Amino acid sequence: MGAQLRVYKRRIRSVTATKKITKAMEMISASRIMKAQRAVAASTPYATELTRAVTAVATRSNAKHPLTTEPEGATRAAVLVVTADRGLAGGYSSNAIKAALELTKRLQSEGKAVETYIIGRKGVSYYGFRNLPVAGSWVGFSDKPTYQDAKEASAALIDAFVTETAEGGVDELHIVSTEFVSMLTQNPVEARLLPLSLAETEADAEEQGPFPLYDFEPSAEGVLDALLPRYVESRIYNALLQSAASEHAARRRAMKSATDNAGELIKSLTRLANTARQAEITQEISEIVGGASALADATAGSD
Amino acid sequence: MAELHVELVAADRKVWSGEATIVLARTKSGDIGIQPNHTPVLGAMDPQPVTIRQADGTTVIAAVHGGFLSFADNKLSILAEVAELADEIDVDRAERALASAKADSEAVAQRRAEVRLLAATGR
Repeated sequence: MGAQLRVYKRRIRSVTATKKITKAMEMISASRIMKAQRAVAASTPYATELTRAVTAVATRSNAKHPLTTEPEGATRAAVLVVTADRGLAGGYSSNAIKAALELTKRLQSEGKAVETYIIGRKGVSYYGFRNLPVAGSWVGFSDKPTYQDAKEASAALIDAFVTETAEGGVDELHIVSTEFVSMLTQNPVEARLLPLSLAETEADAEEQGPFPLYDFEPSAEGVLDALLPRYVESRIYNALLQSAASEHAARRRAMKSATDNAGELIKSLTRLANTARQAEITQEISEIVGGASALADATAGSD
Repeated sequence: MAELHVELVAADRKVWSGEATIVLARTKSGDIGIQPNHTPVLGAMDPQPVTIRQADGTTVIAAVHGGFLSFADNKLSILAEVAELADEIDVDRAERALASAKADSEAVAQRRAEVRLLAATGR
């Protein structure tokens, strides 16, 4: 076997192995998208009921609560970015980080100092590599978040929110995550969790008709006190689940194109290998024929 | 007999939904019984089993660890981070959890185990 042919054979073998791996990753991601989507669907009733309850209390009562009132001249804001723990998911993490950096720039241009909180190793390493300050980070659950994970993150955020601004607390809470639109489309989205933007919740409320006049147990303030942390937790949990679904979808797509590319590569390498083999054979034949005719000529000459 | 619609929802799943004649729960300001056509109410709940009585006489008991209830238009939603039906509860495990929580004097974990046992065994 010629040297060139051997090189082609070796490359085909290695690309075939890569293709097997990417194909496996594609199929794993595809099955996990289903699971992640089911988790999103399962958490939706809780989130909608909770949003409805929060809106009901916030619009119907005259309760003034620090978590709902807009502070005069906010100076500090917290941004929570949701990224992936692992790579090979196309632009998933970098899109979320890009959106977060844009939001940070916008907030800074409004004169607010920004504290960044990160979920996911990719975001941590991005900020770490550029020496950007990080106020807090959580890793290790980006592909399968539980409610407990969301609770941990939101506890830190609510803590920062209720702390006085002068003592290092924040006035606003933003979250950047990836919305799962479909298997092919995932968009980075940003939302302000606190102070509660009632405009958005009121719009939902109008669709459902006016709220009944609730009796509050024990009191409107008491209910709101207990409700709002749960509301933040549930919003973060929902964002985590959506992001997990998006991560799997992004990875599936990235791995699908890697598999397709490997297939193409194998095809063209096979063609090249075939050409090389054919050339080798042609050369051998012409050598044999040449040799034979030279021999025949020599024999004819001696006669 | 008039009935109300009950949705018992935990953070990550819908635990139970159906029709009931009366629902008993404990809010921060005391026990509350909700029958059809109750006035709209929104309350924060204490960790305590919730009892749901159905028209055919069967009773559903669920351990609900805190959370909220909201009732309006004959629809009752019970929201909790953690909620489980009595027959989903592993009594042995809850007892072990109770013992270890008592030993470590962890009030929250102890209360959680107590509520589970209360719901599962009626003790």
